[in-house]
Amino acid sequence: MKVNKRSFAALGAITAVSALALAGCAASPEAAEPSEAAVEFSGEITVWVDADRAGVLEEAAADFTDTTGVKVNLVQKEFGEIRDQFVQQVPTGEGPDVAVGAHDWLGVLATNGVVAPVELGDKAAEFEQVALDAWAYDGQTYAVPYAIENIALLRNTDLVSEVATDFDDMIAKGEAAGTEYAFLIGLDPEAADPYHLYPFQTSFGAPVFGSNADGSYDAGNLQIGNEGGQEFAAWLGEQGAAGILNTNITGDLAKENFLAGKSPYYVTGPWNAPDAVAAGLNIAVDPIPSAGGGEAQPFAGVQGFFLSAESENRLAANEFLVNYIGSEEVQTALYEVGGRAPALTAAFDAAVAGDPIVAGFGEVGANAVPMPSIPEMGSVWQFWGVTEGAIINGGDPTSLWDKMAADIQGAIE
Amino acid sequence: MTTPTRDRDTAADTARAGQADSAAQTSPGDAKDGGRRAKRAVRAARMADAASGGLKVLLVKIIALGLIDALALYSILVLVQSAQWIPALIVLAVTGYANWIYFSRGHLPAKYLIPGLVFLFVFQIFAAGYTGYVAFTNYGTGHNADKDSAINSLMLSAQERVPDSPAYDLTIVEQLGEYSFLVTGPDGNVAIGGDERPLEPVANAEMSGGQAVAVPGHTTLGFADIVANQQVIADMAVPLSDDPNDGALRTPDGSSAYVYLSKLVYDEQADTMTDTRTGVVYSDIGTGAFVAEDGTELRPGWQIWVGFDNFVRAFAEESIRAPFFSVLAWTFVFAFFSVATTFVMGLFLAVVFNDPRMKSKKYYRLIMILPYAFPGFLSALVWAGMMNQEFGFINVVLLGGADIPWLTNEWLAKVSILLVNLWLGFPYMFLISTGALQAIPGELEEAARVDGASAWQVFRSIKLPLLFVAVAPLLIASFAYNFNNFSLIYMLTGGGPRDATASVNVGATDILITMVYKVAFVGSTADYGLASAFSIIIFLLVGTISVIAFRRTKALEELN
Repeated sequence: MKVNKRSFAALGAITAVSALALAGCAASPEAAEPSEAAVEFSGEITVWVDADRAGVLEEAAADFTDTTGVKVNLVQKEFGEIRDQFVQQVPTGEGPDVAVGAHDWLGVLATNGVVAPVELGDKAAEFEQVALDAWAYDGQTYAVPYAIENIALLRNTDLVSEVATDFDDMIAKGEAAGTEYAFLIGLDPEAADPYHLYPFQTSFGAPVFGSNADGSYDAGNLQIGNEGGQEFAAWLGEQGAAGILNTNITGDLAKENFLAGKSPYYVTGPWNAPDAVAAGLNIAVDPIPSAGGGEAQPFAGVQGFFLSAESENRLAANEFLVNYIGSEEVQTALYEVGGRAPALTAAFDAAVAGDPIVAGFGEVGANAVPMPSIPEMGSVWQFWGVTEGAIINGGDPTSLWDKMAADIQGAIE
Repeated sequence: MTTPTRDRDTAADTARAGQADSAAQTSPGDAKDGGRRAKRAVRAARMADAASGGLKVLLVKIIALGLIDALALYSILVLVQSAQWIPALIVLAVTGYANWIYFSRGHLPAKYLIPGLVFLFVFQIFAAGYTGYVAFTNYGTGHNADKDSAINSLMLSAQERVPDSPAYDLTIVEQLGEYSFLVTGPDGNVAIGGDERPLEPVANAEMSGGQAVAVPGHTTLGFADIVANQQVIADMAVPLSDDPNDGALRTPDGSSAYVYLSKLVYDEQADTMTDTRTGVVYSDIGTGAFVAEDGTELRPGWQIWVGFDNFVRAFAEESIRAPFFSVLAWTFVFAFFSVATTFVMGLFLAVVFNDPRMKSKKYYRLIMILPYAFPGFLSALVWAGMMNQEFGFINVVLLGGADIPWLTNEWLAKVSILLVNLWLGFPYMFLISTGALQAIPGELEEAARVDGASAWQVFRSIKLPLLFVAVAPLLIASFAYNFNNFSLIYMLTGGGPRDATASVNVGATDILITMVYKVAFVGSTADYGLASAFSIIIFLLVGTISVIAFRRTKALEELN
């Protein structure tokens, strides 16, 4: 509804019937003219936001409008649909000025040229480093991050009271607890789950990509097939044969069994913690135990608000992003509805102090690595899970893993 | 999920028609005929009234057209504002034509056809035409918009803040319609400069809290003024000095400025992008992106017309062609057996339930139709859970703890898909068969029985051929639907199981449409051009089969 009052007047004679219909359509843009109407400006930014975030943003938007006179038009969208709609609509001029999203969309957004860099200025130092790294692409920062999420090990403290030192110790403790499963991780019968298995892979020293000097991923340096990757593959095969990793235990089944107290350990993210608490379990959040001796680093997913490359309200949108979304108040409020660790350090510290579960995930997250957002990652996913699944189900680890590395290399080139 | 909504209607119609016919045949009483005649007279009177153009009709016509015109006018205004000239003209022409048709006398067929034609155009022809258009472009990830947007986006992301450069406090001032940056450096020095006018020191600025806020002869802009003129201000680059290599001040928010250097320089005359750090020149060589001599492309690129490239790729590119033929074969097998199994099952049940000796048919029929009432993709998900090798209902409860890999073995997965589709699809076939069976006059069977035919002979030689006349077109439609039965495959097996040693992302149960989906959309790179080309290929296949099949069914109709 871009039509405003002025253009109507200019167009002059409109029949009585159509004027009726038009007035109905035009009512919304006219309604919220700022009090200092002497200044003529098209003060409105459009923000795409998901339902959970919308409530919090309404308050921030009202504050922003009071202070600056710029109206914030919040449009609710399904979170999962925002990426594709943004890519399709920005070039047509119909897209929003600002949208919410996950950092692993960034590669797609940037190669399509629909996002503009956000200059955080000196404020950059106030955010957690992993959040900034995640939203960096080709040397630029593309969003104001607001939440970090990563997986960790949930432990049912009624069944096991001590923190496990490494994977074998965890399995030993889990078996000693005498429950049906020593340890649970949700996998897919066919495609396993590279995301949840990644900390174990990194503990063997096999990240997906090597890094550039500035910390970003280097697509030209595929690391997944290295020696550590081979060891990880062999380990997958052993665990599969031992029945500890079972591709028939899907995400739903794993959760169900953990909530029913059938296992002391469960690898999952903060999204399942509230249900565990609600089910009456006493849980602790532990670091993921190392299987290969190295540090077990999970992927971090960072959510943030990004700016459209075609935005005609760049200054106002930037102001809203940096000084309102980036404020401790809004970040804390967003944490309270989402339950994920805030990206702003001050808000993060406050959240961690108040909630042991967030603190646990936050501590594990401090060691996490951003999930690669480079477009080449798409070629990795399509081979990765299937190969892991095949190995767990008894395939030959060495040849399958080698084949996978070669296929990924081929797909990237 | 054997049936799209469209078919569902047809099925209901067939069933209804069947019942109505049989009702008419069993009780052709005179009273009923009389009732009909009276109704017909009323209807004729109403039509005569409408044709003569009563006042009420005219009023309704004016109001309805007025609303439509208002809507059209509004959309034209919106389209004109966003400079969409062609769609605006089309809307104008169509609305004008509609007005002419409805206000003129005569043109009776057009009066009935226009609404349908408009919807046909909007929902069918436009969609098909647009798909066709996309198939000839390189539309996809990295080629998403036009060239101007690509250049704009490249220039935006090429602006890099000089590492560790300080932030300048900024006040924007205006003089005679020209904007300037009044900046206070971190060392307290105040300077002023404008777009392409390098910074000059200012001595007489008015200070507030260590920041220059005004300078004589200039008007200071408030935030509202800045927002009102943000497009100009956001594009301003104020050089630090006469040397462009020192960088320029830009402002992201109107209240602070930073020193930026551009990684890329666009030369409008030569249409090239130059990397300022390496000196590499990227030029437009007609591939929809700026390309360096060594072949590296700058992303984003833009959309261009690529002719038959996508179709050539569909058959020539090894990674696409290799799985294409095995997937094609399975698609035919899947679609054929889906129709065959559901039809045989549905027909069998229909014959059984059509038997007059069968008690409490109503309740059985209700249960029969249940699978039809659930959304297909949901059912498929539930089935996927029930077919879990170790924890699924089928293995654990029905088969007493068997370890059958329903969905992870290549062949069993194919069988599972057919089984689930049978469960989903037989109610539809049951419905249409019931309707068609009831439409067959009972005398035919009686006469045949009198002539000494067995039940099977009656069914085989009389009922089945008559049945086929009614249901053959629906079977063809069902085949075409299953040919593209995306949701079942996607939700049940996701196309898998995949051979982990295969170099392509295509599994044993992938049909053409799911393969297209994977080739085009899975991963972070979308290739809408290629996907559209595939859609067209699938359309041609389905269309050819349908035409051949419909020709054959004409032979059946001659039976009557």
